[in-house]
Amino acid sequence: MTGLVIDDVSMTFELPNGGNVEALKNINLEIKEGELMSVLGPSGCGKTTFLNILAGFLAPTAGVMTLNGHNITGPHPERGMVFQHGALFEWMNVSHNIGFGPKMKGTPQVEIDAKVEELLSIVGLQDFGEKMIYEMSGGMQQRVALARCLANDPDVILMDEPLGALDALTREKMQSLVLDIWKKTGKTIILITHSVEEALLLGERLLVMAPRPGRVHKEYKLPFAELGVGADLREVKRHPEFGPTRDEILNMIWDMEEEIMGRTENA
Amino acid sequence: MGKEILDVLGVTLWMIVGIIGIFALYLAVSGLCYLVQRAYYRGRDRAKGYTSLKTVTFGDESAVTGNRMASVAAVITLFLFWGIATGSKLLPPILPQPFVGESAFEYTAVNAAGESATGTVLVQVNAADSDDKSKPDPASVVGASFAKTDVVVVAERRAKLVKVQSNDDGGDQDGYTVTAINGKPIAPEETVSFDDGDVFMTAKGSLSVRPATGMTMEALYLPPPEKVWERFIQLNKEGYLGVGLWENVFWSLIRVVVGFALGCLFGIPLGFAMGLNSWLRGWFEPIVEFMRPVPPLALIPLIIIWFGIGEQGKISLLFLAALWIMTIAARSGVSGVNIAKVHAAYSLGATKKQILTKVILPNSLPEIFTGARVAMGVCWGTVVAAELVAAEKGAGKMIIAASKFSLTDIVIIGIIIIGVIGYLIDVLMRIAERRLVPWKGKA
Repeated sequence: MTGLVIDDVSMTFELPNGGNVEALKNINLEIKEGELMSVLGPSGCGKTTFLNILAGFLAPTAGVMTLNGHNITGPHPERGMVFQHGALFEWMNVSHNIGFGPKMKGTPQVEIDAKVEELLSIVGLQDFGEKMIYEMSGGMQQRVALARCLANDPDVILMDEPLGALDALTREKMQSLVLDIWKKTGKTIILITHSVEEALLLGERLLVMAPRPGRVHKEYKLPFAELGVGADLREVKRHPEFGPTRDEILNMIWDMEEEIMGRTENA
Repeated sequence: MGKEILDVLGVTLWMIVGIIGIFALYLAVSGLCYLVQRAYYRGRDRAKGYTSLKTVTFGDESAVTGNRMASVAAVITLFLFWGIATGSKLLPPILPQPFVGESAFEYTAVNAAGESATGTVLVQVNAADSDDKSKPDPASVVGASFAKTDVVVVAERRAKLVKVQSNDDGGDQDGYTVTAINGKPIAPEETVSFDDGDVFMTAKGSLSVRPATGMTMEALYLPPPEKVWERFIQLNKEGYLGVGLWENVFWSLIRVVVGFALGCLFGIPLGFAMGLNSWLRGWFEPIVEFMRPVPPLALIPLIIIWFGIGEQGKISLLFLAALWIMTIAARSGVSGVNIAKVHAAYSLGATKKQILTKVILPNSLPEIFTGARVAMGVCWGTVVAAELVAAEKGAGKMIIAASKFSLTDIVIIGIIIIGVIGYLIDVLMRIAERRLVPWKGKA
């Protein structure tokens, strides 16, 4: 059985005062190999918890996840992660950051060098291999983070709001880059985002999550990611279905936020 | 108890007055220098760069940089003050100097028979560092009457008793008294001035001569700069008490380096262990938290009891001084690691050992360096204090030994060297930090 299977996963946190928070409740999903899925939801819906469980940083309180048939029990290079702020190693230069994964495995340096060169050109940083991380802008740092993740050739790439901290223009370029990489490498990518437009553009499949308890509220199958590969993303946004879908999801999240606010006020 | 508290209050008030006085003088000179430099630079285009274009500088710390000229002027002023206050020979005399040389005064005595006569006292005042043993010849002033000429040799600023009656005819008889100095009447417990000093009559009627002291400081309290420099040259050549000047400094440094290295060697792994393992953190926390606020100087007595005054005691002390600082620095270095970086490394397939060496260690280097700078400073202070208490060699030993012989110049040389080396250590640490942790503060 290939692909990622999430079977009835729940996550309940105990609060210090004795109460419980159901961060995730009965999540059931099957994600096929090579699928590009975006996850959207209001804050507190458990999407980051969900990603941390998939990465293996947290163990769910109930349920099982399998990747290509074996259980997920901890972090593993088969599941790469791209963090919101890069989480790069600033004491290494760009090349060493990208080559970190292969180096840990003991890959011969010649192979690492070749791999790093290839990835630098994929993410558009050909001449930046010797640069230190602190000499680079936020967008460039995220390119390095992407390349570092790809260097390990993971089966699944988990992205935790990777473009959230970038300015609008850089963000647009990076969205194209993510689509390119998805198409070129055929990796399974799960991307969490706050931006509805980004979720529409970067998801063949879009998951809207709802809070308290964190659960899958609605799922969409979307054509925009496929259309966006190698194309102008602004063109894609003019697609007749783009606007209405965006508004529908925005309204949905708006209502959820309203409900949370109402509940807190009444409490 | 109440009186002691009042004493403290009195001292405090007196100090406030003194501090204000000193600062006012120093700031006045500073203001003067400022006006001079402003007048000099008026109309000259010297401000360059981005900062010079800022209109808001008051409140913008980054726009405030130390004015180099002010620093240079301040140091020169300090040396000028020093020279003036000590009556340095390098400067023209500004404050009245203490009297040195030959002087004389006349005294009028009445003998038992009621006759009055006038005698002379020749006063020779020798400079403090003079070896001149010669005396003025009393025969040069003939004492014609029963009051014979006396001679007194006194060091500058010092008082000396002169028994004028001892060589006078009938001076040992009852009824002999000295009644006037240079024609001014004098009585027991009274002071009369002459040209170059004062004469005080004791309760028993003897005279005590004190040449004019001037207003400069005595070398015992603060030697003039040139004296200190001469002593420095001499120390360089001959050393002090059989130990060369730089040998002393070298021994202090060796102790610091060894103690600090031992502190790092054990403190950093201990800090890492405490940052990485709950049991070890719990195990070591009480002792680390207890020892951290104990000043190393408070351990000196115990260390001396345990290890004696040899090298082992001092190195143990410095080890303890550095150990806790390095432990805490390493521990906070570990807790300062962004968890996302550790997660990223695990996701990239790193093992625990690789996480430690490739992620946690480099990531905690900035914290470790901050700790190392503090530890070096504390060690340097502690070694000097430990040597003050007991040592055979070392910068602290040199100054405490010199102070026992009132060799203030050596004490001052020691203090200057200790300060300069402490500063150099910090500069070296900062250079090392910039080279080894270039990403610090830039992430």
